[in-house]
Amino acid sequence: MLNYTLRRLMFAIPTLLVISFIIFALLDLAPNDPTGNLPLTIPPDVREQIRQSLGLGEPFPIRYLYWLQQFFINEPLNLLERMFGFEIGNSAERLRIRSWATRSPVVDLIIERMPQTLWVVGMSYVVGILIAIPVGIISAYRQYSWFDQIGTFVSMVGFSVPTFFTGVVLIVIFSVNLQWFPSIYDTTLKVTDWSSFWAQVRQMVLPVMVLALYNAAQLSRFVRASMLDNLNQDYVRTARAKGMKERVVLLIHVLRNSLIPVVTVIALGIPTIFSGAIITEQIFRVNGLGQLLIIAIQGADIPLVQTLTFIFAVLIVFFNLIADLLYGILDPRIRYE
Amino acid sequence: MKRFTALAAGTAVALALGAANAQAERGSDGNLNVLYWQAVSVLNPYLSGGTKDVEGSSVVIEPLAKYDEAGNMVPALVDEIPTVENGGVSEDLKSITWKITPGLLWSDGTPFTANDVKFTADYCMAPDGGCQQISKFQDIESIEVIDDQTVTINFTVPKPFPYTAFVGAETPVIQKAQFENCIGANAPNCTEQNFGPHGTGPFKVVEFRANDVITFEANEHYRDPAKPSFATLTLKGGGDAASAARSVLETGEFDYAWNLQVEPEVLEQMSAAGRGQVVTSFGTSVERIEVNLTDPSPDKGENRSTLEAGPHPFLSDPAVRKALSIAIDREILVEAGYGASGQPTCNILPAPENYASTNVNWCLEYNPDEANRLLDEAGWAPGGDGIRAKDGVRLSLLYQTSTNSVRQATQALVKDMWQQIGVETELRNIDAAVFFGGDPASPDTFQKFYADVEMYTNNFPGTDPEAYMAGWLCDGIPSPKNGWLGANMPRFCSEEYDALTGQMAETADLAARGEIAKKMNDILSNEGALIPLIHRGDVSAHSVTVDGVRMNSWDSELWNVADWTRKE
Repeated sequence: MLNYTLRRLMFAIPTLLVISFIIFALLDLAPNDPTGNLPLTIPPDVREQIRQSLGLGEPFPIRYLYWLQQFFINEPLNLLERMFGFEIGNSAERLRIRSWATRSPVVDLIIERMPQTLWVVGMSYVVGILIAIPVGIISAYRQYSWFDQIGTFVSMVGFSVPTFFTGVVLIVIFSVNLQWFPSIYDTTLKVTDWSSFWAQVRQMVLPVMVLALYNAAQLSRFVRASMLDNLNQDYVRTARAKGMKERVVLLIHVLRNSLIPVVTVIALGIPTIFSGAIITEQIFRVNGLGQLLIIAIQGADIPLVQTLTFIFAVLIVFFNLIADLLYGILDPRIRYE
Repeated sequence: MKRFTALAAGTAVALALGAANAQAERGSDGNLNVLYWQAVSVLNPYLSGGTKDVEGSSVVIEPLAKYDEAGNMVPALVDEIPTVENGGVSEDLKSITWKITPGLLWSDGTPFTANDVKFTADYCMAPDGGCQQISKFQDIESIEVIDDQTVTINFTVPKPFPYTAFVGAETPVIQKAQFENCIGANAPNCTEQNFGPHGTGPFKVVEFRANDVITFEANEHYRDPAKPSFATLTLKGGGDAASAARSVLETGEFDYAWNLQVEPEVLEQMSAAGRGQVVTSFGTSVERIEVNLTDPSPDKGENRSTLEAGPHPFLSDPAVRKALSIAIDREILVEAGYGASGQPTCNILPAPENYASTNVNWCLEYNPDEANRLLDEAGWAPGGDGIRAKDGVRLSLLYQTSTNSVRQATQALVKDMWQQIGVETELRNIDAAVFFGGDPASPDTFQKFYADVEMYTNNFPGTDPEAYMAGWLCDGIPSPKNGWLGANMPRFCSEEYDALTGQMAETADLAARGEIAKKMNDILSNEGALIPLIHRGDVSAHSVTVDGVRMNSWDSELWNVADWTRKE
């Protein structure tokens, strides 16, 4: 297992290098101009000076190598310094990846936004799982019952209706008409006591529900399908023949075996938590990573887009590995040696 | 509920400041919630010329003079606007001297001096800095600090309108002590300074989260001890225009939302909730149809749409141009596409007040009968297909514009209106990046104008129209000789107009400049070389509980945020 893990990790390095090059080249080829959003009244020669000051005068390979150095050497060193509080070399001289729009280090922006994304999108993932598993179990156990039919219908709706629609519908119902929940996420709120905690819960309800519906719809179908596969197996008949209670058969024997593929699906979905829910974060104005990415794309803030997309790529590669390893741990039949 | 808690918190702050004695005092009105759906990225307009960043920084850092909602200059950090009469502007128009109000303090408590003004200019004009407002500092030869309260800007050429640098939100004064080490190539590295500049404005930065939210609190060193009446200000960003409008007009979560270019009927429906009010203001943007006075027909080859191609077969007839203009029902165009953010207009220079002519309004009345009569009189008789013709020339137009849903709707309406006076119209739309891109190799740019008429919006920065009006000089006609540069799309050429332009460049008196500008506008509009359609405005919304909003298209919309108050 250890051997396998190391082999996979070694293989990840060239993969990531190729990914970073492709992202950089794609962004460079895209017809994007960081001065495109400026008012028409700024003259063309000033625009050219602005582009030069952003470093666009350098040729493509040089800019790519600069970025590699900044991302793989300078930024990790800065993070280490920040965590342990000592200075490695001349840190003031070290070039950092800077966003073109804010002129501040990209990594600082990401660190500032990480918690909100983890809270809101992560919470919606947890809520989605908590809804999906029981719904999937009951749907499979009572296949074609009214519960299964309704469950199928709701998950179809949840899966096929886009979040930018459900989000706005929920805002119109719960914020505009009923006035129960705020439609805008107050990112300056600090949880210090019960009332601010309650405010935090209220402002999380709508975005979390929108995303949870989507996640639950997807996952519950997996749980249901996997349960159905197992319910017809011989070992289930054997367990029943041994006189085990139906509850034990279902929740211990069948569920445990059915969860193996589900766990993999969940693990593979974790990177999407980090990339944030771009549209949902934008609708509710949650200052997460997804919103950061969309603002960066709109403003042609290429260093920020490049760094964020690359971090997402790293996470996807990493969680693919985790999912493969989990599979081996959960299912003793699978051996990687 | 939320507002109530915010109010309570604000009151507590006010009490803590011990300022609870008079009725209008600093910080008595709690928190002001402002929403800019394009989030603010940085609080330094020299590093980001985007409107959102300029307006966001305007609550902290201020220029020497601002523009009010009518486009008049008002002193901010000075006592009076320098002019030739009061001796502030030299007779040869080559220097301007600003006298700073004594006793001004930065938000960190240190005195504001002329050195800060000089430093700001040096900061922007430093090489490698990538200063985005450098065009405002053009033609500056030197800046002299006479004493702590006096600074003189010397120009290399006579400047009849010397109010470029340090007037308006784009060029505020930054603090020398804070930005001293941030000059030139170092400018972007000063994250702390760019995110939290010290200022002279009514608020100071408490916390800055890039592209998300900024928290401000009242600046205790602000020059008016009674202002601002809000203790804190939250400037939130993100989302889109429609949901920003909803948060003020329907849910009441925010007090002010900026730039709400939303379909008129959507805004109207939202304002019916009664929680907020839509405000508009009008700058200089005019949606117009420009008429090609030269022959654009393809058989002219290289000379197509140039003076060499000769006059246009039918648009060179003034009667046709006038008929086309009065056959357009501008009210309907406004209703369909612009709502409160548009007004019918016959003037190409509709504002500011000092320059806006009120003489031309013949086109406002929709009058297809008169248009038909004009065409009949000029000899354009309807043919068998209902399209008018004379000597074998049919009134058939190619009408081009940029791709944009409002523009295409307008095109369709205009086509229909022209059909009714026997004019045939073929519509064409071109991607905005190509149309306005100005690539001399492309046949589809608005400068080449390979069409009979074209429609778009143009405006000018600031309040001085001299450069803008000079766009219609004979010399400004785009042609292969000048690489298709130039703003004179109609290929309009008049000696009288050129003479007026020359006169304006030598006149410093504002009233006299206004008179000249009006004459120029009247010539352009009466001639029918341009068919102005709609004076386009800016739309924002504020809560009914906020008083003092004076919507402004000439400066930051938050230019007078110090005067805003909470209504009981």
